[in-house]
Amino acid sequence: MKVLNFLVAGVGGQGTLLASDILAEVGIRSGCDVKKSDVLGLAVRGGSVLSHVRWGERIASPVIEEGEVDCMLAFEPLEAMRAIPFLRRESIVVCNTHPIVPISVSSGDARYPTRDEIERALREAASVVHFVDATGLAAQLKNPRVANVVLLGAFSTLLDVEPALWESVALRRVPPRYEDLNRAAFRAGRTLLNRREEA
Amino acid sequence: MTLRREEDGMSKLLLSGNEAIARGAYEAGVQVATGYPGTPSSEILEAIAADYKDAIYAEWSTNEKVAMDAAAGAAYSGRRSLVTTKQVGMNVLSDALLYTVYTGSSAGLVVVTADDPGMFSSQNEQDNRWYAKLAKIPLLEPADSQEAKDFVVAAFHLSEQFDTPVLVRTTMRVSHSKSAVELGERMTVPKTVGPFVRDREKYVCTAMWAKKRHPIVEQRLIDLGEWAETTSLNRIERGDRSLGVITSGITYMYAREVFPNASFLRLGMTYPLPKRAIRAFADGVDRLIVVEELDPFLEESIRAMGIDVTGKDIYPPCGELLPETLSRLSAEAGLIERREAAVSAPPPVGLPQRTPVLCAGCPHRSTYYWLAQMKIPVAGDIGCYNLGCLPPFNAQHTMGCMGASIGVLHGMAIAGLPERAVATIGDSTFFHSGMPALANMVHNRSRGVAIIMDNGTTAMTGHQDHPGTGWSLRGDAVRIPIEPLVRSIGVETVRTVNAFDMTAVKAGLDECLDADGPSVLITEGLCVQISVPSSPAYTVASDACAACGTCFRLGCPAIVKAASTENRDRAKAEIDATLCVGCDLCRQVCPTGAIRGPERREEEEE
Repeated sequence: MKVLNFLVAGVGGQGTLLASDILAEVGIRSGCDVKKSDVLGLAVRGGSVLSHVRWGERIASPVIEEGEVDCMLAFEPLEAMRAIPFLRRESIVVCNTHPIVPISVSSGDARYPTRDEIERALREAASVVHFVDATGLAAQLKNPRVANVVLLGAFSTLLDVEPALWESVALRRVPPRYEDLNRAAFRAGRTLLNRREEA
Repeated sequence: MTLRREEDGMSKLLLSGNEAIARGAYEAGVQVATGYPGTPSSEILEAIAADYKDAIYAEWSTNEKVAMDAAAGAAYSGRRSLVTTKQVGMNVLSDALLYTVYTGSSAGLVVVTADDPGMFSSQNEQDNRWYAKLAKIPLLEPADSQEAKDFVVAAFHLSEQFDTPVLVRTTMRVSHSKSAVELGERMTVPKTVGPFVRDREKYVCTAMWAKKRHPIVEQRLIDLGEWAETTSLNRIERGDRSLGVITSGITYMYAREVFPNASFLRLGMTYPLPKRAIRAFADGVDRLIVVEELDPFLEESIRAMGIDVTGKDIYPPCGELLPETLSRLSAEAGLIERREAAVSAPPPVGLPQRTPVLCAGCPHRSTYYWLAQMKIPVAGDIGCYNLGCLPPFNAQHTMGCMGASIGVLHGMAIAGLPERAVATIGDSTFFHSGMPALANMVHNRSRGVAIIMDNGTTAMTGHQDHPGTGWSLRGDAVRIPIEPLVRSIGVETVRTVNAFDMTAVKAGLDECLDADGPSVLITEGLCVQISVPSSPAYTVASDACAACGTCFRLGCPAIVKAASTENRDRAKAEIDATLCVGCDLCRQVCPTGAIRGPERREEEEE
């Protein structure tokens, strides 16, 4: 079995760790050996967060080398751009379109790259890039916090794993009263990318 | 939170290294676990408290030394005991560890140190493997979560077999990475203990008796060296004989991928070393390298055996030795074929950084706002408030270790510094090691202001308790209020102010600075991450905003420069409603009244 390297990039507070934990557990339940490594900043919110997840028959290192990522799930466009050194031509990227502006930008000291610059940089780095408006879709579901599950739903369409397995792993990690909301978010995420592929 | 095992009948669980250590403690029959929070070690005790609270007494002790003393006492009393610390906490803990080396204990005693190569959240990059050599105790280094669990169990067996404390060392990557773990059963534990064994010549380290213990420590080290030759913690993996790799911990996992065909001597126990096994392995390969992060701990010992080995000639002593670095440097040294980098695009340059900032609603903000304006020297300490050293405040001028601020402030005074100076220290850090320094200032008639920034928790490491909180890892706890404490030490000028009242903070600071002797300003305000839900967002009335920039000096992530402003140097302010929690500080500093809270808006509507 070929090793699959996943990178999950985002900003502290977006729920990237929950998503990467789910991705790792789905791997284990699909019969793979799995390792995962998270790089977090301080407990202070708003820092860059990067999770490495690896599936394979036998995984040694929990860390992915630069240029070795198969699929990247980016919760935030600037963080997707920051992770470009991990990508290679064959990489597939799913990227949320909603920016989270860092204080260096809001204070006027730095400039947030334009949508066009981000798109160009990512398409130059990876052959397949899907931009999805997960934050907007989560807002339609009346809860912006489930954007992470929407993204995971979209991302799950890239892998040959039963949707039911994703759902069972994901839903056991959320409080029971949010189960329906998260199920809806996951399914909405799946249609988001399936529809895009059909288009 | 970590274990959902029974319900789904999975044989393997995905655990972080720290969760696996907690599980290992459970399986090893640990009954007492102590520590002081510190990245990357904090989740061990949290996992114990979450998953095994009925089986293991767990506490956040006041500091690492207190944690070690308490674990020693519990192990003397017959309970298997675990202590957790981050790498720099080991410096605090070591005084207590070093006497347990001489005493041993009646039940197993194990210290876990989580080191931080790469300095993700530490003031230095020290390699705590040296502590094993200094203390003359066994050192185990797990490489993934399964080993983290298994090695903790092995460490307790070793501790009881050789009557010695044992050091288990992880690094951030082992503690914070997750991998599959197969669970085991809990060992049997004593229901009751006592009476206390009165073995004075063993447990009283007075010189006359400690002298007799020292040869026992030395003999034990020799015996442990023999044991190291046979333990399965160390293992040889035969491969191509042209290259032999000696490695341990996470770098074993990296090296396994970078040198798929090499022969490996993989050391799970890295002190004392299995010298015969190393010599035999070295004789069986053409070229021998040591792959280790940070210091040449293994390399120096192996070279001292007269064996030709390379390591730090190739690999740097700083930072993590990640697979890509290991791969690149190994290729440059001719150990492996150079691989074409698969990277498809150059790294983008000039991307805006996400530097950490005090959260919107942080109680530390008011103090640093004033300190920045007063331009006085500030001795800082370990905690979120260390961010006061960064723009826009630039108002912290020293920071070294836990509790250093008050001692450094005293040093400024006895040096005869003409300026008035202050120390900034958090509540948890004050209890940890600020108290003795404050007593020292009082006793020696020093001067200067100790600002104790009381946010009601140990915030930076993830909101743990300390003696100033009314709760603990086990639930309710006795709260020790700070003001009566510092008064009882003998500080005469003590002011307690609401951290969210700008005027009160300034007035308190001025009064304390006017005092002749040492003074204490306590700024009270709960960490925004543990306080009650926030009030509605504030707004800026654009027509009233004079673009004076005063509110920007608060360094609040919710206050942004208005996008419509043409001149960025004289920008009007806007408030990001998704970040603002309504702490009110910006309204208080705004000289034109342009920033308004929800009540003010209602008044206007009326």
